[in-house]
Amino acid sequence: MARESSVREGIRAALPLLLPTFLLGASFGVLARPVMGWLAPIVMSVVVFSGAAQFAALSVLAAGGAAGTAIVAGVLMNLRFLPMGFAIGPSLPGGSAARATQGQTIVDASFVMANRGDGSFDRGRLFGATAVQAAAWWSGTAVGVFAGPSLPDPQTLGLDAIFPAFYLALLAGEVRGRRALIAASIGAGATALLMPFAPVGVPVIVACLGALVGLRRT
Amino acid sequence: MSDVWITVAALCVANAVLKAAGPLMVGGRPLSGRAASVIAMVAPALLASLVVYETLSADGRGIHVDARLVGLAAAAVALALKRSVLVVVTVAAVATALARAIA
Repeated sequence: MARESSVREGIRAALPLLLPTFLLGASFGVLARPVMGWLAPIVMSVVVFSGAAQFAALSVLAAGGAAGTAIVAGVLMNLRFLPMGFAIGPSLPGGSAARATQGQTIVDASFVMANRGDGSFDRGRLFGATAVQAAAWWSGTAVGVFAGPSLPDPQTLGLDAIFPAFYLALLAGEVRGRRALIAASIGAGATALLMPFAPVGVPVIVACLGALVGLRRT
Repeated sequence: MSDVWITVAALCVANAVLKAAGPLMVGGRPLSGRAASVIAMVAPALLASLVVYETLSADGRGIHVDARLVGLAAAAVALALKRSVLVVVTVAAVATALARAIA
């Protein structure tokens, strides 16, 4: 088995993501403030800690939707943590409680940074990258909430394009070799096909599972 | 409790359960070579899906094509030029803002 990085090495490797994630958190804070008040967005960023789910739930609440609809949107968006958890599970040692606790550190960026490309995951990079993501996401949300009223609309600043660009940058580092390219192509294509009619979040999880099923045959 | 706090509490619990499920069910077991090679591909599939999703998402279901697409194209150019993540996301935001200002 490959050598495991220290958490400190993981933090250092994830430092380039600090500012982009901070900007994402700030745009969430700015958009959430008028809908959720000042405290709830900060609490949400700490206890939910998932940009994709938070933006999905926020867009429902902002449109005047009920809690139930917002919860469904957020949960569907985060269903991707199921296949991600199954992928990373074999790399997490210890008893049930220890594994479940370590599983809480899975976020998109740290999952990707910890991926060794051979089916195993580096826990030092997972924990270190998650620490960086947390610091940036929480402080960004707080700054967005408090500075929001004096800032222009995030859409005017193009901040909503940061999210896809951030994922594209992570993807560029991941696509090495033909199989990864096939997986990415199936993931992107299936998502585009499903988006016009599937509920929020569903295209992402179906695309992930579809790519895996497709790859079993190659 | 208001809708906002109910949403925050429910998503907190749901998230914890979703993140714990995989490690609880498959933790500690050795992987077959075949399973390992498939698992390594979760990350690229997920990321490509999220790129498309976050570029085209509308409020609720459906597709909404707007200036984010210009930002994504600019980000791809910055990546091709081997720029850092910070430069890539900044270029995307600036290109999107410019496209909106012009449109």
